[in-house]
Amino acid sequence: MPTSSAPERVVVTGIGIITSIGHNITTYWDNLLAGTSGITRITTFDPTDYPSQVGAEVKDFDAKQYMDPKEVKRNDRYSHFAMAASREALKDAILDTTKLADASRFGVIIGSGIGGIETMEKQAMTLFEKGPRKVSPFMIPSLIANIASGIVAIEFKAQGPNFGVVSACATSCHAIGEAFRFLQRGEADVMLAGGSEAAVTSLGYAGFCAMRAMSTNFNDEPARASRPFDLNRDGFIMGEGAGVLVLETLSHAKARGARIYCELAGYAATCDAYHITSPDPEGKPLSKCITQALADAKIKPEEVDYINAHGTSTPYNDKFETLAFKRAFGEHAKTIAISSTKSMTGHLLGAAGAIEAAVAIKAVQTGEIPPTINYETPDPECDLNYTPNVKIKRKVRVAISDNLGFGGQNAALVFRALD
Amino acid sequence: MSDLSIEERVKRIIVNQLNVNEEQVVPTAHFLNDLGADSLDTVELVMAFEEEFKAELQGKEIPETDAEKLMTVGDINAYITSKM
Repeated sequence: MPTSSAPERVVVTGIGIITSIGHNITTYWDNLLAGTSGITRITTFDPTDYPSQVGAEVKDFDAKQYMDPKEVKRNDRYSHFAMAASREALKDAILDTTKLADASRFGVIIGSGIGGIETMEKQAMTLFEKGPRKVSPFMIPSLIANIASGIVAIEFKAQGPNFGVVSACATSCHAIGEAFRFLQRGEADVMLAGGSEAAVTSLGYAGFCAMRAMSTNFNDEPARASRPFDLNRDGFIMGEGAGVLVLETLSHAKARGARIYCELAGYAATCDAYHITSPDPEGKPLSKCITQALADAKIKPEEVDYINAHGTSTPYNDKFETLAFKRAFGEHAKTIAISSTKSMTGHLLGAAGAIEAAVAIKAVQTGEIPPTINYETPDPECDLNYTPNVKIKRKVRVAISDNLGFGGQNAALVFRALD
Repeated sequence: MSDLSIEERVKRIIVNQLNVNEEQVVPTAHFLNDLGADSLDTVELVMAFEEEFKAELQGKEIPETDAEKLMTVGDINAYITSKM
């Protein structure tokens, strides 16, 4: 409860993950440390005619394990992932939401970069083939990018702050940051926050391929395709899935005797205001975002031990992100352990921020840092320590996770070991 | 064409659309009150009936004014039969 003007401290008490390399935090983390790639040739549609033919699909996923079969039918795959990750996060937090004293102090902010694109694709076909009267009444509710927050709230009776965040690939970084603010201001005790994406569809691929944003040189070697910071990187690899965190005020977590991973100490958001899809070539707004997030946490740049980079494996992103790190940290940039776990998970767009925040959190908790796999040939323009190919052990007191979205939207989160 | 009766085909669609047990689909069962449907489900149900009974309905859609009155399983059975 807010008793003074000082912001509430906020902690992470649960992590839910649905990815190509794990349907819970334990499997996900083990696979990341082992350097396991989840990237294969696309199976959900025939990729033969597409320039990019590989992706990180969620396999062996049965939505009915996580939600009522009727609800499965009424919702898009992106909402299935969101519900599954939310359930996993609450399980991990050992939090029985029916026991919460006040449902209006329990909120949900789960975003999506795109929303239900598979639904839109199918219903557009129906419209053109059969006419407007055959379009499903569930099309709009299942494709809107805020419905995941809505259905999760219905399932767990969360009547507190609730909306969807949409900022492309920075979506769930912003979602976690905004949830953090509600908790800091004392307007909620518990928040589910994260993002979900299911854009590994024919339309999703056609669109990103048309932008020349995706890797095309490694169709025969899927596991080698995502290679952030490597000289021969040639585009991102799309992944799907969801990440959801349970965030609580420190006082609420302590009162219920919760296991605490670490503190969420800072957040900031900036915009390049430069180009719709290309990052700012000087990396200034991103470096400002990181600097502001650290100031928000009252942490000095020299205290940062690990960064889970956005590291998309596109030529531009990795170069300009590197530049931004150098701007923000100066000489200290060289001593920070950096890794891009997109080398294994692919790029989950709106879910990237949450599954990567989870990596920063686990690094603080365990002192282990997952590698950037496929790092073979150094790029002179990417000259920092990217934790190549093999995990390392290192005491991590402070970790950052940053993300950049189309639209020039940047966000950064700062996690810190709880004293 | 299906060998099943109208009633059986209606039942099959309802079971599939609303995820209910066959035993629940009795003629007096009300879509909203007994079978857990909401207003969006009923729209989709009507679309499913139009598709299944294309021949019986001579390819015509069920008009909005008729659809509003079809609230029970028995209503649907009677409506389809009346159009044959």
